[in-house]
Amino acid sequence: MTFETVGFWVVAAVLLASSLAVVLTKNLFHAVLYLAAALVATGTVFLLLDSPFLFGVQLLLYAGGVVTIVVFAIMLTERLIGERIAQTSRYVWHGAVVAAAVFVGVVGFLIEAPWPAPRPALPADLMPAIGRALVGPFAAALELLAVLLVIALLGALYFARPDD
Amino acid sequence: MGLNAYLTLAALVFAIGLFGVLTRRNAIGILLGIELMLNAVNINLVAFARFHGDLAGLIFALFTIAITVAEVAVGLAIVIVIFRVRRTVEADRLDLLRG
Repeated sequence: MTFETVGFWVVAAVLLASSLAVVLTKNLFHAVLYLAAALVATGTVFLLLDSPFLFGVQLLLYAGGVVTIVVFAIMLTERLIGERIAQTSRYVWHGAVVAAAVFVGVVGFLIEAPWPAPRPALPADLMPAIGRALVGPFAAALELLAVLLVIALLGALYFARPDD
Repeated sequence: MGLNAYLTLAALVFAIGLFGVLTRRNAIGILLGIELMLNAVNINLVAFARFHGDLAGLIFALFTIAITVAEVAVGLAIVIVIFRVRRTVEADRLDLLRG
């Protein structure tokens, strides 16, 4: 048992438990907190995959930004309707069957496919390579992404504008 | 751990997120399920990038994270507008477009 194996099982258990809590808990606010735990666990999976840069991005953008936005939205909507939002589920068995079917279908492909077993050696200069790729082959996509973010935030501002 | 373990973990998280999207009544709860599904895709992208020694997967995961942030911002703004207009939180009762 290497450190990576132990770490993987621990992180997988935390990730699956918090993901289940997100979709099963009654309290919407608790669901968001469990989502934050799941996002941090996902970031730790990135660490296990030797991507500390993505771990940082995950923590800052997802666990920091997204969770904050969702908490704000819950607080705003609870104030708007003036009551606590109960989080209930419907068609639980139908949903479970569909989700299990999707999982079985994906795993069916995973079992059949021939995967490369060992990891290739890590390139020594990963971070500079990411930076060069972002302004090299992926430069156009990066610029489009910046435009998309501006448009999305302007759209969100327009939607959530106060009544006049 | 091999690539298979990471892909199976991602498939499990994706299935859990799909379950949440299908069963939640609350629009914000549905958005949380979508977050889980996108997260699972990120695990896949990073795992493939690592095991194939290809940088593109990492870049794609970065882009996915940024697009998810935009999606959450717009989605929650829409939810707030819907709450303001309809005074309800349940996706089942948002049937204005039903013929």
